[in-house]
Amino acid sequence: MFRGIQFIPPDTKIDFVGLRAVSWVVSALLTVVPLILVATIGLNMGIDFQGGTLIEIKTKESPANLADIRGQLSGLGLGEVQIQEFGAPDAVLIRIASQPEEEQQQEAIGKVKETLGDTVEYRRVEIVGPTISGELIAKGTIAVVVALLGILIYVWFRFEWQFAVAAIASLIHDVTGTIGLYSLFQLEFNVSSIAAILTIIGYSLNDKVVIFDRIRENLRKYKRMPLVELLDVSINETLSRAVLTHVTTFLAMLPFLFFGGETIFGFALAICWGIVIGAYSSIFVASPLQLILGVRREAWSAAPASAKGRGPAAARI
Amino acid sequence: MLHFQKWKLILVAVVVAAGFLYALPNLFPASTMGEVPTWLPHKQINLGLDLQGGAHLLYRIDEKEMIEDQLDTIRGDARETLRSARIGYANLSPDVSKRAVLVTIRNPADLDKAEADLRKLSNPINGNVLGGSSGQDIDVTREDGNRIVLTITEPGLLHRISSAIEASIETIRRRIDALGTTEPLIQREGRNRILVQVPGISDVERLKKLIGETGKLEFKLVDESADAQQAAVTKQVPPGDELVNSDGEPPIPYVLKSRTLLTGESLQSATPGFDSQTGEPVVNFKFDTNGARRFGKITRENVGNRFAILLDGDVITAPVIREPILGGSGQISGNFTVQRANDLAVLLRSGALPAKLTVIEERTVGASLGADSVESGKKAALAGLVLVMLFMLVGYGLFGLFANVALLVNIALIFAVLSVMGATLTLPGIAGIVLTIGIAVDANVLINERIREEIRAGKSPFAAVDAGYSRALITIIDSNVTTLIAVLVLFWLGSGPVRGFAVTLTVGILASMFTAVTVTRVMVTYWLRWARPQAIPI
Repeated sequence: MFRGIQFIPPDTKIDFVGLRAVSWVVSALLTVVPLILVATIGLNMGIDFQGGTLIEIKTKESPANLADIRGQLSGLGLGEVQIQEFGAPDAVLIRIASQPEEEQQQEAIGKVKETLGDTVEYRRVEIVGPTISGELIAKGTIAVVVALLGILIYVWFRFEWQFAVAAIASLIHDVTGTIGLYSLFQLEFNVSSIAAILTIIGYSLNDKVVIFDRIRENLRKYKRMPLVELLDVSINETLSRAVLTHVTTFLAMLPFLFFGGETIFGFALAICWGIVIGAYSSIFVASPLQLILGVRREAWSAAPASAKGRGPAAARI
Repeated sequence: MLHFQKWKLILVAVVVAAGFLYALPNLFPASTMGEVPTWLPHKQINLGLDLQGGAHLLYRIDEKEMIEDQLDTIRGDARETLRSARIGYANLSPDVSKRAVLVTIRNPADLDKAEADLRKLSNPINGNVLGGSSGQDIDVTREDGNRIVLTITEPGLLHRISSAIEASIETIRRRIDALGTTEPLIQREGRNRILVQVPGISDVERLKKLIGETGKLEFKLVDESADAQQAAVTKQVPPGDELVNSDGEPPIPYVLKSRTLLTGESLQSATPGFDSQTGEPVVNFKFDTNGARRFGKITRENVGNRFAILLDGDVITAPVIREPILGGSGQISGNFTVQRANDLAVLLRSGALPAKLTVIEERTVGASLGADSVESGKKAALAGLVLVMLFMLVGYGLFGLFANVALLVNIALIFAVLSVMGATLTLPGIAGIVLTIGIAVDANVLINERIREEIRAGKSPFAAVDAGYSRALITIIDSNVTTLIAVLVLFWLGSGPVRGFAVTLTVGILASMFTAVTVTRVMVTYWLRWARPQAIPI
């Protein structure tokens, strides 16, 4: 009977932790470069966080005459107006800078519809006033912080604090890496980007937990094995499942990049990228960090021993 | 260990069957659901605004305007109170930033009486039975010796906002219902906001105009003695008069007597119609008994003059009173289109909004984009499903097949739960289902890899499968809980599409813990018992 192909051989002996001289540099770059990108070219802030108006139209003629639309709208005195093709030659995305007052945004959309008239089909209109954009920035930030804290507490509760710290450090690595992707490709950063980041935070932790579980198991099993070796054994033992779980999720999401449509492209790309960077950080960030944080072996080996020892101690009293 | 108690088996079978049964209606077009017997499940998943098209409008009620209005009332009441008590006062003025009306009492001897009298203006707030707000709506205090301050209290203001919002919601509902759209959602959000969601609407500008207009109708007399053209230039009007423009282009100036004779509140009905002579669209209205009496009196006393009909402060029409109108019915004409006459009648029927509403967030999706999104979502989800199933089959053979069957059960369960909950499916929601597909088989990857490991360690098929399931379970729970923590935060963060993602992912992950672990385990167990293999094909 067909047994299935073992994509990753069970007996790998890759010296992952030994590669840490290289992997630290890579991880540092994955964390620092995005920050530099954000500081220099910045994020393409969507109207969710910046306020403003976004209109997606479909023109009757294909391709759309962008210059003509630009000419018509720039005369309306609405401040900065961006016009770009959006996924198809006859689809156009119009972005109008935030107006100081909510009423003015309503007037602006009225003027645009009057100007373009019935020659186009309005596929999507989004208007976010200054009040809402301010709230969304606050909520988005709080959401990411709360998710990280929640996970910190859960991992701390289930494992030792060193695991929790390592998990959070590698999650921050994943988050900055993802923000870097948004900056590099100038993908629109909006509420669904925060949703993508939260999903990455949650999902990326999955196989960190798998490896942590194995490290814990091995700490009990191999009492005298040096920590470097023990970490390597643990990673190699779980390598197959850590990689394959990511492959399945990646395969599931991949078609969304190609068929999901323009509105959800950034979201799908971020999640696909997050799956990859999460797999990397499980092996090269979360686990080697244990070396620095110094997992205490006693915490695991001592627990059953002290339980056993309690009997005689009680008897002594 | 590889033995299932009968009741457990039955439970699994029942859940799986129910999952398919309740997911089934989603395979059929909505129109056929009426023919399904009522004892069968017939609920379908609602499509979100991003998939079926529609408008999402978030309104904020104008708190400042409400405060100004109430301060005006308080000032009037205070003047009345002090006059009737014959108490000398000065500097009676509102202070919007302090939310208060200030008044200086001339004679210090009157202070106590003035304070006691003004205190009567303050009313207790009728909090609801379940506690809620309580206390007085106005706070009366003394300041700087001879000044009395009447402040609108925070509970008082909140109470007013709440009632204004409730009244607005009712008004908006009547207006939207008149458009004949299906199932609009109109609800309060936070302190001073109203969320309006109308699926499937195409003319959003009309909807916004219909909701956003205050709809305050007033009847005033035109001061025929004043020259409106001249007044428009000089901005000078006789005392007791005011200068008002018509709402047309270019605006026509009118000098009106400031006193409002009648308002829209006296209307009994308003219907669109056509003028019998010119054939132009008009709105026919009818006053209630009281209104009719007053309208009759006014028209009798002002034959030959013009009276103006104002909507939200603009003159729409100012016809000449040719004869007394005693029947209480009349007609508003003003170069309307048929649609405008219709909408105006709706506005007048639904009553005025208690305060101005401003759109602070708008998200509308056209029906065609929605349909496109459904198509692309379907295509992407199917492709993802096929890829994952192929991968599992190639990677784990028969055990991959078990995982794939469980995956289909999982998807059925997601649709069943969403249908029963009446949840809304959005495009990110479809992405959530797809992500679940990936995460669900992760559990099987963990289990199968563990079984492989146990076999390598020399365990028998039964023991290896048993150990594989029980050891992987803790890891599966751990990893799913962390994902759920992050996703639960999303419920709080997002509205609409993003919340749809959180919903499907949460339901999917919870369902996957059942399908990927329990359902596959039942299949594996029965296969082991039936085939009694020497080695496990994994």
